[in-house]
Amino acid sequence: MAQMNMVQALNSAMDIMLGRDPNVVVMGQDVGYFGGVFRTTDGLQRKYGEHRVLDTPIAEGGIVAAAIGMGVNGLRPVAEIQFADYIYPAFDQVVSELARIRYRSAGDFFAPVTIRTPCGGGIRGGQTHSQSPEAIFAHVSGIKVLMPSNPYDAKGLLIAAIEDDDPVVFFEPKRIYNGPFDGDPHKPAVPWSAHPKGEVPDGHYTVPMGKAEIVRTGEDVTIVAYGTMVHVAEAAARATGIDAEIIDLRSLVPLDVATMTTSVKKTGRCVIVHEATRLGGFGAELSATVQEACFWHLEAPIARVTGWDTPYPHAFEWEYFPGQARVAAALKHVMEVA
Amino acid sequence: MRRPSRLHIPHPPARPGDKPDFSYLETSPAGAVARPDVNARVRDIDHLAVELVRVLDDDHQAVGPWHPHLEPGELQVGLRHMLRTRIFDERMQRMQRQGRISFYIRSLGEEAVSVAAAMALRPGDMLFPSYRNQGLHIVRGLRLVDLMCQLLSNSRDMCKGRQLPVMYHSRAANLFSISGNLTTQFPQAVGWAMAAAIKGEDHVAASWIGEGSSAEADFHHALTFAAVYEAPVILNVVNNQWAISTFQGFAGGEHRSFAMRGPGYGIAGVRVDGNDYLAVHAVTQWAAERARTGAGPTLIEQVTYRGAAHSTSDDPSRYRPKEEWEAWPLGDPVERLKQHLIALGEWSEERHKALAQELEAEVVGAWKQAVSFGTMTEGPRLDRNLMFEDVFKNVPEHLARQREQLNEEFG
Repeated sequence: MAQMNMVQALNSAMDIMLGRDPNVVVMGQDVGYFGGVFRTTDGLQRKYGEHRVLDTPIAEGGIVAAAIGMGVNGLRPVAEIQFADYIYPAFDQVVSELARIRYRSAGDFFAPVTIRTPCGGGIRGGQTHSQSPEAIFAHVSGIKVLMPSNPYDAKGLLIAAIEDDDPVVFFEPKRIYNGPFDGDPHKPAVPWSAHPKGEVPDGHYTVPMGKAEIVRTGEDVTIVAYGTMVHVAEAAARATGIDAEIIDLRSLVPLDVATMTTSVKKTGRCVIVHEATRLGGFGAELSATVQEACFWHLEAPIARVTGWDTPYPHAFEWEYFPGQARVAAALKHVMEVA
Repeated sequence: MRRPSRLHIPHPPARPGDKPDFSYLETSPAGAVARPDVNARVRDIDHLAVELVRVLDDDHQAVGPWHPHLEPGELQVGLRHMLRTRIFDERMQRMQRQGRISFYIRSLGEEAVSVAAAMALRPGDMLFPSYRNQGLHIVRGLRLVDLMCQLLSNSRDMCKGRQLPVMYHSRAANLFSISGNLTTQFPQAVGWAMAAAIKGEDHVAASWIGEGSSAEADFHHALTFAAVYEAPVILNVVNNQWAISTFQGFAGGEHRSFAMRGPGYGIAGVRVDGNDYLAVHAVTQWAAERARTGAGPTLIEQVTYRGAAHSTSDDPSRYRPKEEWEAWPLGDPVERLKQHLIALGEWSEERHKALAQELEAEVVGAWKQAVSFGTMTEGPRLDRNLMFEDVFKNVPEHLARQREQLNEEFG
């Protein structure tokens, strides 16, 4: 075991996969010589060479399309899109191509591409470095969508994604690259070394896709969250003293319905938390899914805590970000319903 | 013998620790490139995309057919704008380092690319900048204090707190809103120019992208639409050699010039010394006249060097030699125009020093005023309710509800 932050854990996952499988290639803007603008691919080109870790032109559509072509020709590309906010030029290649190649060719062709992309706010990045577009991709049939909340899961899930024959969009909440973040920007930063999930095995392991984790057991209300918001939810539960059961989804597609519904059937209440905008957000899907299975167990309407339905505003980061206060208010609200 | 198939990986000529090497850079002597008629057919002027238009020679004289014969007074204005841009950049970089603003992007070494172009265009021409074109805003008369208020996201911020620093705009000055996403503005400029032609106006549109972002599909969209409709547009590729850590070879610059892509689409391509104020001015004027007289679009490659980091989040010492900027064969645009004016007898070191002092004082004064309208940490702050405005023309019900909820949360 070693202490790793999320960047190091992701780096370790790629390092291991480059070492184990000669078909794995890592590609993206600035990922090669430079080692990535967040240092996630640091040292990999030096270790595995320029044909395994490729710098690319600045063309997200080109990166994904080339990764598809490589994947069809037997490679296992891990493509980085430098910020999730820049993924949209690749959208057609993801939606119309990557997601459907297996289906439209009756299984004769497939492209095992993993797209890694940093997402989320809380870093003063404004509207072009803060978005959480996971729901847009979850809506596309044929794409697996992951978002880890800690270094241990980040490494295990990324290895699982790379080994998987289906395409995966792997969202990395960049606010928690260096440490867990509870939503309070005024508190000093906490490193991952102070968190149990900063303990990461050096070698190969996987965290299964489609398996949520109960990060806190509780009796009164179920909080469903993923990414940075898992930590915000934990802090909000602590602050309110409400005995919440907190579920870290980790995987949006495939979705672990059973863990959610078992919990909600027990608690009778559910709060769903994500950073992304509310309208058509993944919370709506979660809410519907929980309601379908748990209607007769619910003692209060399911609540959603999300970003507002505006672009991400630079000057109003902490009014926009769904922090502890908003989560706590939702918890109290669902608890007050008789 | 047949060579086996292989994968080529472009390599910059020098990495940290190496001696800077710009032997790959093809230049032409000042004055050597012919200046065709503005209505010349694309197929007859391919040479412009290969050679390098330069006006200022090594003795600081303006020579050759591209010499724009500008009045010394106008050159002094250009020098002032370039120096103002540089001093503004330096001060804002320092303010970012002190934590007063969240992010900054300097245009060190590229001042002529923006300033000379803006000076050559008319106020009615629409500019679609990238995030390293602050010289355009300065020439178009935006006040430094207004630019600073944007950088501070404060109560006078033109973007109402919604954009990262440097993403300015000015409807009054015909400067389109800057996007952090790359090259999106290039085909938009073409559309604006098409509209000008549809409306029968003689305004032109101009846009700027980096050579790295010419890899984006929007570059192809821009050139295709510009060529098909022969739109009155000037498309600038600012080849500053570096796109964060990847050198211009990673955008395809190893094989042909970026200007050469113009003729490939049926568009005039011109390669110009981007650090030569007179050459940038002359080429921009030529392209504008070409556009205004119905002869169609021009793709201009501005050959320059990114003297600073990509942004305040970047550390170029990790990927390029520190000495490269000093070794750049096309020199410093401010210094070159200064020396030219001195050679003309229209400037002096003393006047230059006095100008620099005057501009320093102007920038310091503007900053003082700007922070009085608020900073990231001190009020006055923008009204948080503004967050919900301008998502749509009118605030819809669901946003009004969310606004209410926010105000309950923050009391």
